[in-house]
Amino acid sequence: MSTAASAPPAAELTVGDVVAERQVTFTRDTLVRYAGASGDFNPIHYRDDVAASVDLPGVIAHGMLTMGVAVQPVVDWLGDPARVTDYQVKFTRPVVVDPQSGADVTIAAKVGAVDVEAQTARIDLTVSFDSATVLGKAQVAVDLR
Amino acid sequence: MNPELQGRTLPPTDPYLVGREKVREFAHAVLATNDIHLDVDAARAAGHADLVAPTTFPVVVQEKTLAQLLAEPDAGIDFSRVVHGNQRFTYTRAVVAGDELTAQLTVSSIKTLGPHSMVTADTVITDASGDHVVTAISTLVVRGDE
Repeated sequence: MSTAASAPPAAELTVGDVVAERQVTFTRDTLVRYAGASGDFNPIHYRDDVAASVDLPGVIAHGMLTMGVAVQPVVDWLGDPARVTDYQVKFTRPVVVDPQSGADVTIAAKVGAVDVEAQTARIDLTVSFDSATVLGKAQVAVDLR
Repeated sequence: MNPELQGRTLPPTDPYLVGREKVREFAHAVLATNDIHLDVDAARAAGHADLVAPTTFPVVVQEKTLAQLLAEPDAGIDFSRVVHGNQRFTYTRAVVAGDELTAQLTVSSIKTLGPHSMVTADTVITDASGDHVVTAISTLVVRGDE
C-alpha cells in the first residue's frame, strides 16, 4: 500500500463513531447512467407509465444503484477500495425519483464493531430517503491492515 | 417456483474481460470519486495491477448468471414479479481491470412465505487462474397473488 492511502488505525475507532456522512441527489439522469453502466434496463427505472402499471408510486432507483453509491463515503474514508472485504444490504424501501427535483439520499457510516487485533472493522450504513431508511442491515466489513 | 431448483448449479458463464473504461463508466455511475477507480497511476501507486473496480461492480458479471437462472425452463419464475430482496459481495480480493472473470451460480435456498417465494443464489466469481475473487449472493423475492 502506498503512503497516499494509509488505512484508518483500528485502535482509534470506537463503536458508534461516525466515520463518514454524505448527501447525494439522484436524478433521472443518474438512473439512466446507471442503467447503461450496469446493463439493468428494467423500465421501472426510467418510464413513469411502466412504474405506474406495476403500482409503484413513481420511477424508482435501482436498488443496486443505492447500494453502489452508499458505500462510496466508506471507500473514501478507507483510502483504498480494496480494503472492503464484504458488503451486504437488504432492500427495504424504494427510492422514488421525481422527474424534476430528483431524490435526496443521505448516507451515514458508523463503526458497528472493531477487532483491534485482526485490524478489521464492521461499518454500518444508515441510508435514508424522505425521512425513512431504504436499506436494512447495510454492513461493510473492512480490512485496516 | 420449482422447489427442485434448490442445490442446482448452472454451467459457468463465458469469461468476462474487465475493461478499464468499463470500470471508469461504472465508477461514474455509482458516484465513486476515489482515484484508485479512475486513475491508473493512483491505482498502481497503491499497489494494484490496474484500476480497481467499484465494490458493487461484480453485479455486472453476476447478472449474467441470474439471467441464466430466470431462463431455466423449469424454474417457474415470473420475471415481472421479481423484487430484489438482499445482496451481498464477499471478497477474496478486489476486481481489477484486466481480470478475466468466470461466474457460476448455485441455488442455495428456496423458501416460501405465504404467497411469496424467495430464492437465494450464490454466484462464485473466479479469475483466469481459477482462483476465487468474489462471491455475489442475491435473494430474489417472487411476489405471489395476495
